[in-house]
Amino acid sequence: MSLGRFCATIRGVLLHVNGDDHEVSAPDHWTLLEVLRYRLGLTGSKQGCDKGDCGACTVLLDGRPVISCLVLALEAVGHQVTTIEGLLPAHLAQGGSGADPLQVAFDRCGALQCGFCQSGMILSARALLKRNARPSETEVREALAGNLCRCTGYTQIVQAVALAVAEATGGALPPRAWEQPPEGA
Amino acid sequence: MLRLPRFALRQPTTLAEALALLAEAGPQARVLAGGTDLLPNMKHELFTPGVLVSLAGVTELRGVTVTEDGGLSLGAMTPLSELSQHPEVLARAPALAQAAGLVAGPQLRERGTLGGNVLLDTRCQYYNQTHFWRQALGFCLKKDGALCHVVEGGQRCVAAASADTQPALMSLGATVTLVGPGGARSLPVEGLLSTDGAKPHKIAPGEVLTRVHVPPTPTGHRGAYGKLRERGAIDFPLLGVAVRLDLDGAGLVAHGDVVVTALAARPKRVTGAGELLRGRALEGSGFAAGSAFATAVARVAELAARQCKALANVPGDHAWRSEMVPVMVRRTLLAAAEGRGPVHPG
Repeated sequence: MSLGRFCATIRGVLLHVNGDDHEVSAPDHWTLLEVLRYRLGLTGSKQGCDKGDCGACTVLLDGRPVISCLVLALEAVGHQVTTIEGLLPAHLAQGGSGADPLQVAFDRCGALQCGFCQSGMILSARALLKRNARPSETEVREALAGNLCRCTGYTQIVQAVALAVAEATGGALPPRAWEQPPEGA
Repeated sequence: MLRLPRFALRQPTTLAEALALLAEAGPQARVLAGGTDLLPNMKHELFTPGVLVSLAGVTELRGVTVTEDGGLSLGAMTPLSELSQHPEVLARAPALAQAAGLVAGPQLRERGTLGGNVLLDTRCQYYNQTHFWRQALGFCLKKDGALCHVVEGGQRCVAAASADTQPALMSLGATVTLVGPGGARSLPVEGLLSTDGAKPHKIAPGEVLTRVHVPPTPTGHRGAYGKLRERGAIDFPLLGVAVRLDLDGAGLVAHGDVVVTALAARPKRVTGAGELLRGRALEGSGFAAGSAFATAVARVAELAARQCKALANVPGDHAWRSEMVPVMVRRTLLAAAEGRGPVHPG
């Protein structure tokens, strides 16, 4: 049984991350985020508030967005973990070229300043587009409601998702605020 | 960076195995459901269990089923996201689906479970803080200390019930099943919750909340949930209002109920609200000011304002929260009457 807080039980943990199997050793009390960052070196998932408030550590667990600082590493065993590092290889494997279209759209729209929220934002958006290829702006905002950004004011982020949707579905891109003609023109 | 204190994790796959592990580990064990409330609290050293028994692998505790009598049997480990979108829950218990859909943010609803939300720890701005922060203030009644910082000289913890599903379940007359070493027992949700914020749940050590049962609702059932918070997501409620209106065949209110949460340790049922609403006509009279229903709603809102006073236990101006009680009660009642909801400003 447990030796309490004074001695950690360390076990081998077999994680399936971004299509690869990784066997790492970690104590029971390590979170999925800690294993990703400090065992696997996948530092794209950010450690922000560490208590579920900010969404910077969002990863996909079987395609669904979760807060990896509140998921124990052992609880991710047997599930597919996708981090921001896995999007490009997954896109290539599906026959695409270059980065995931959402990553390209974030780049083109300048949907970041410091970039700390970006991996979480993109993964939340990726999960949304998987289950709903043509989300409305409200649906995009609701899907990203658990990801905080302190720089952009969210405008370009929502536009980046709209751009990715427009390119994937061949739909028209909604005009950007600064591209609309001034009133009365 | 917030680290979890050390513990050993147990991952049973059946309920019997989980109960045996809990019995074996004794008082140092805690049940882990979605972890979205327990793990942050452990990072704040509010709990330091030596053993966590995860129920994630116990598949028998998941899922929504419609019972023979037309009620709902909800597995305690059903994620809130699934509950909020489930067609049977939306149809039979709209207030519950709306409340589940407003808990925290999208990622937390994927992990957070119904059972975990029902057994959510009460919250207070002097309690949900790091050990360092709490130590600097000399701790509090709820954890490690003898002082209440909310009510000066207070001897009873007034930390606030902050689970959105609790008031919705109370308005629906829901019961919970607790299974322990001595067998199973069933009790109403309000019977599970105590008025002591320091010990908010009457669940015995070693017991597991397995299912929530919602009794059948009549055809004319309408319900809505209203949540007041500063942001459009993530925040716990500054106020939560669950409303139930059961209409008879003639469009008259046969049964009405209003439950308000985020005030003290247990959600508060507005007494007298049902009597004021009963017999009022919804159809035909409309919701215009001056109609019999609108007048009844205004009187229920006044009643709620008199009975529900917010304390400085959760963040936000408590005077404003008190002022918002009648506003939220009125808006949520009108939303339920019109078959809308949730009411969620911001």
